[in-house]
Amino acid sequence: MTVSGPMPPGPPASLDVRGLAYAYPDGHQALFGIDLTVDRGERVALLGPNGAGKTTLVLHLNGILAAGAGTVHVAGLPVDAENMAEVRRRVGIVFQDPDDQLFMPTVREDVAFGPAAAGLRGAQLRARVDTALDRVGMGSFADRPPHHLSFGQRRRVAVATVLAMEPEVLVLDEPSSNLDPASRRELADILRSLDVTVLMVTHDLPYALELCPRSVVLSGGVIAADGRTQDLLCDSELMGRHRLELPFGFDPRSVAAPVG
Amino acid sequence: MGAGHAHKLYRHGHSRVHRLPAHCKIAALLCFVLAVVATPREALGAFGLYALLLGAVAVAARVPAGFLFRRMLVEVPFVLCAVLMPFVAEGEMVHVLGVPLSVSGLWGAWNVLAKGTLGVAASVLLAATTELREVLQGLQRLRMPSLLVQIASFMIRYGDVIADELRRMRIARASRGFEARGVRHWGVLAKTAGALFIRSYERGERVHLAMVSRGYTGTMPVLHEAPATRAQWTYAATLPAAALAVCLMGWTL
Repeated sequence: MTVSGPMPPGPPASLDVRGLAYAYPDGHQALFGIDLTVDRGERVALLGPNGAGKTTLVLHLNGILAAGAGTVHVAGLPVDAENMAEVRRRVGIVFQDPDDQLFMPTVREDVAFGPAAAGLRGAQLRARVDTALDRVGMGSFADRPPHHLSFGQRRRVAVATVLAMEPEVLVLDEPSSNLDPASRRELADILRSLDVTVLMVTHDLPYALELCPRSVVLSGGVIAADGRTQDLLCDSELMGRHRLELPFGFDPRSVAAPVG
Repeated sequence: MGAGHAHKLYRHGHSRVHRLPAHCKIAALLCFVLAVVATPREALGAFGLYALLLGAVAVAARVPAGFLFRRMLVEVPFVLCAVLMPFVAEGEMVHVLGVPLSVSGLWGAWNVLAKGTLGVAASVLLAATTELREVLQGLQRLRMPSLLVQIASFMIRYGDVIADELRRMRIARASRGFEARGVRHWGVLAKTAGALFIRSYERGERVHLAMVSRGYTGTMPVLHEAPATRAQWTYAATLPAAALAVCLMGWTL
């Protein structure tokens, strides 16, 4: 048996969270030492009951909340005050309510906001916006005001607003919520077509199984499980312990899950 | 903005006035109004000339007279206020059909009425030919404090969202049998207003979070660079220049 040498230095992990703990100013502790590594190009679902600390964790990834203890690295770059602008460019968060995310008068201006804040101007900015909108199939809606779009279209534009920043990792908060089945599938097609790392917070377990080969269960402020999505969903004891429930009639064993 | 908000005031078109950069139009409007206000109220002919000038702008912008007059109805409360002045002002009196009217009040009423109407007409023309968000961009180019422009643009973006929230709350109230009938129900309406405030405030926090996540540091990035050419400035300056000439004439004649 040969002992393999030190691993060749590949690209640094997209997300590297070490011993992250956080308590809110009112004393409520939300996270108790989180360790999580997401490699480049992976699609990972972050599962867990309400109040498990999922949103708190997400807000640490781009430095909105500052870690009480532990560290967060994004593609090798520590999340601290010095790197904040670059970290926020690398971590694109798509929030749950597109009306919160889309705050500019037209779709084009909204998608341009991030790259323009990073200093892009003129033709380059235009090209960046067009590319991002084309990737979500919303190129022909550039000059429309966001509130004239359907909910599914707004969600796709919200994805484009962060894609325009060419992020290292795309973080989605409940991407399938409030979508009709067709919009839900269209968004899945878009997410599969992207070559970025994806971390997806969701209660929609079939969606997690469809899109993410790997899942992480966050419960009570700790990582309770980390493994193949299909394995986790088939472990009914684990699921029950963390208030995770499959929709009626859905059997995760019956579908061919994507391989990581 | 866009059609959603603009449809009330904005009139879509492709005239030369529509195509002028917004900041040229705003500057022209401001100078025009200043010239009108600086005109002595006794120069009756001057105000007729101002009205003709605005008529010429309306023709150039292809804004029909009916549209213009309907939008000017917003002035009615101020007109009522002006009409009261001859009755309440003091000083030398004249009797019209036996009713005593103050001379200085009459001049005051005329002054408010004429200058106010011209100002409103000019503003309606600006609004009819310029989309709301262009007006805001124009104000930004004219160095209006960025914070004020941001507040105004958020007001426009979220006006519909908040109105929709209020509508849903009203439907929810009505669905549970509530009907506002008099003072006893004001408490419920006040609580609705309070809830709407809290919800809007929280939405504001979420929007801010989304902005910060995309690199917002307090100033909006420059998205539109639409510098006006000399020819555009000259075209826009026609109106205030003519108004200035009329104003000077009013002082000298």
